[in-house]
Amino acid sequence: MNKPNLEIKIGSMVMKNPVTVASGTFGYGPEYADLVDLNRLGAITVKGICPEENLGNSTPRTFETRGGMLNAIGLPGPGAQGFIDTYVPFLSHYDVPVIVNIWGKKMEDYGTVVEMLDAEDTVSAYEINLSCPNVKEGGSAFGTDTDSFSRVIELVRGKTQKPIIPKLAPNVSDIGAFAKAAEEAGADAISIMNSYPAMAINIDTLRPELANRTGGLSGPPIKPIAIKLVWDAAQATSLPIIGMGGIYEPADAIEFMIAGATSVAVGTANFTDPTTINRVIDGIESYLIEKGHSSAADIVGTVKT
Amino acid sequence: MKQEKSIVVEHHNFQGEYRILRLAAASIGPRVKPGQFLHLLIPQLGERILRRPFSIYKADAEGVSILYKPVGRGTDSMKPLHVGDTVDIIGPLGNGYPELGKDKFPVLVAGGYGNAALYLKAKELPVKGVAFFGGRTAEDILCVEEFKALGWDVRPTTNDGSLGTQGLVTADFDPWMAEQEVQSLELFVCGPAPMLKAMGDRAIEHDFTAWLSMDENMVCGVGACLTCVIKRKTATGWEWARCCKDGPVFESREIMWNE
Ligand SMILES: Cc1cc2nc3c(=O)[nH]c(=O)nc-3n(C[C@H](O)[C@H](O)[C@H](O)COP(=O)(O)OP(=O)(O)OC[C@H]3O[C@@H](n4cnc5c(N)ncnc54)[C@H](O)[C@@H]3O)c2cc1C
Ligand SMILES: Cc1cc2nc3c(=O)[nH]c(=O)nc-3n(C[C@H](O)[C@H](O)[C@H](O)COP(=O)(O)O)c2cc1C
Ligand code: FES
Repeated sequence: MNKPNLEIKIGSMVMKNPVTVASGTFGYGPEYADLVDLNRLGAITVKGICPEENLGNSTPRTFETRGGMLNAIGLPGPGAQGFIDTYVPFLSHYDVPVIVNIWGKKMEDYGTVVEMLDAEDTVSAYEINLSCPNVKEGGSAFGTDTDSFSRVIELVRGKTQKPIIPKLAPNVSDIGAFAKAAEEAGADAISIMNSYPAMAINIDTLRPELANRTGGLSGPPIKPIAIKLVWDAAQATSLPIIGMGGIYEPADAIEFMIAGATSVAVGTANFTDPTTINRVIDGIESYLIEKGHSSAADIVGTVKT
Repeated sequence: MKQEKSIVVEHHNFQGEYRILRLAAASIGPRVKPGQFLHLLIPQLGERILRRPFSIYKADAEGVSILYKPVGRGTDSMKPLHVGDTVDIIGPLGNGYPELGKDKFPVLVAGGYGNAALYLKAKELPVKGVAFFGGRTAEDILCVEEFKALGWDVRPTTNDGSLGTQGLVTADFDPWMAEQEVQSLELFVCGPAPMLKAMGDRAIEHDFTAWLSMDENMVCGVGACLTCVIKRKTATGWEWARCCKDGPVFESREIMWNE
């Protein structure tokens, strides 16, 4: 039997397979390069970048929970120019699209960061973070209200021809409304989901386990939430969806695709086992062969309801 | 840095509550430099998902060993590991200790698993100086005979006086330091945070070099997640430095301690 076609498209960006990494769980590329063959990935999604250098939150920034973890890293990063100077030369050596996750403290920042990055050929697409639970300004403040959500996307759309992918907040009452708004504002795809606002308290010290007090839950505990959000969004929009949240096994990724995701991202699982991403790529291929499909696109949104 | 499915070749009590775990790891073993660590995925961890970092005690062409004490969910779940079991490890990680400066006199200061973390350095150093080891009781002071056999002058201190001088390591270190030409000292330190800070403060006050191995909670271990950061001084203020990638070893003057 012929090998199935794993290639998928997100706007004009071609991915050789549907699998990328979740922003913030894979650094900027070099960190895992000894352990993961970056050229095998469908795309590399880097940690959030805003126009200026940002320090992020105090420590502790993470906390392990049953089956998952909380994080409140607070989007530290080198800023757009720092990213260009430090990481673009490295990333340009690989034959793999780079999705830059962008964010801003104020609305204009989203436009500024794209203006600063757009001339770089290595930057293939932008994932617009409208859903970070861990920064006071920006992040989910724009992502939980459809008006400001649409305005950010329109602003970014005005600055670039490259694919733009708003990342939706999970904690909204109607994800379909955001999916539709993204489509109307000119997005090429959407990604779902960011970590879910959450908290843990130490019963001896009576203090929150994170310095930021609250954080975002990621890993296997959020997967069923993410599957439902992807399924809901897929019914409201025809845009491709990048699905993520707790993918640890090939079966998890396949489930996202059946729910309606064209592409998937491996996040927290990279920390547990950096080989997860390879297993997920191979597992999707084996599943397609086993079920007699000729391409990855064949299984997207095939859930029977 | 490699990821390897290692096989348990030895696992038993070492001393007091400490246990030794030796792993066959032919691709990681030969790459180890003193002061580096492993990131270990504990197989019986069940619903806990994160790896745990462990300093490398010994390493050779065939593998690596660590000394650990069960203190929590992760280390408790390591106890049932049997010879022949598979353990997924990533390593060697971190920068390790630098070479001894020219004409410097090496001093080791350690507590708890810090003794294990310094063993390879103690072996490698061309000059064998003085080793100050601190612990709660005699049981907590690891590898004394091994360090002596390498040629080190070992000075133990215990909180309860069950071995060596009673008190903290500083009880032995301070009077000794007072009689040295301090600027020629170079310290290699691994132990609990108060010990690191005490040695770092002395290094700055008396103008000698002290390499401190910082212990921070870790998630990725490879520099990607930005969990394990400490404040590192810069010309204009400070920046975050990752213990897993930029450390765990830092010179005392680089560190800005949290108040
Ligand atoms: C670079 C490095 C080297 C290490 N080398 C060794 C070693 O050689 N031998 C050894 O026994 N242990 C070592 N540790 C500590 C070890 O990694 C475990 O994190 C620690 O033993 C607790 O893990 P646990 O899952 O058993 O406990 P948990 O259930 O996670 O925690 C138990 C308690 O310990 C605290 N804790 C957890 N991890 C850390 C940490 N890294 N630092 C301080 N407090 C923590 C928790 O907050 C909690 O109060 C090292 C840590 C680092 C960062
Ligand atoms: C440590 C950490 C850092 C993260 N940083 C970012 C970030 O910078 N930008 C962003 O959009 N999402 C960030 N996320 C969210 C992930 O990209 C992903 O949406 C979420 O973790 C769910 O996927 P998972 O369960 O597979 O990890 C981060 C998550 C973690 C755990
Ligand atoms: S543990 Fe992730 S950056 Fe150090």
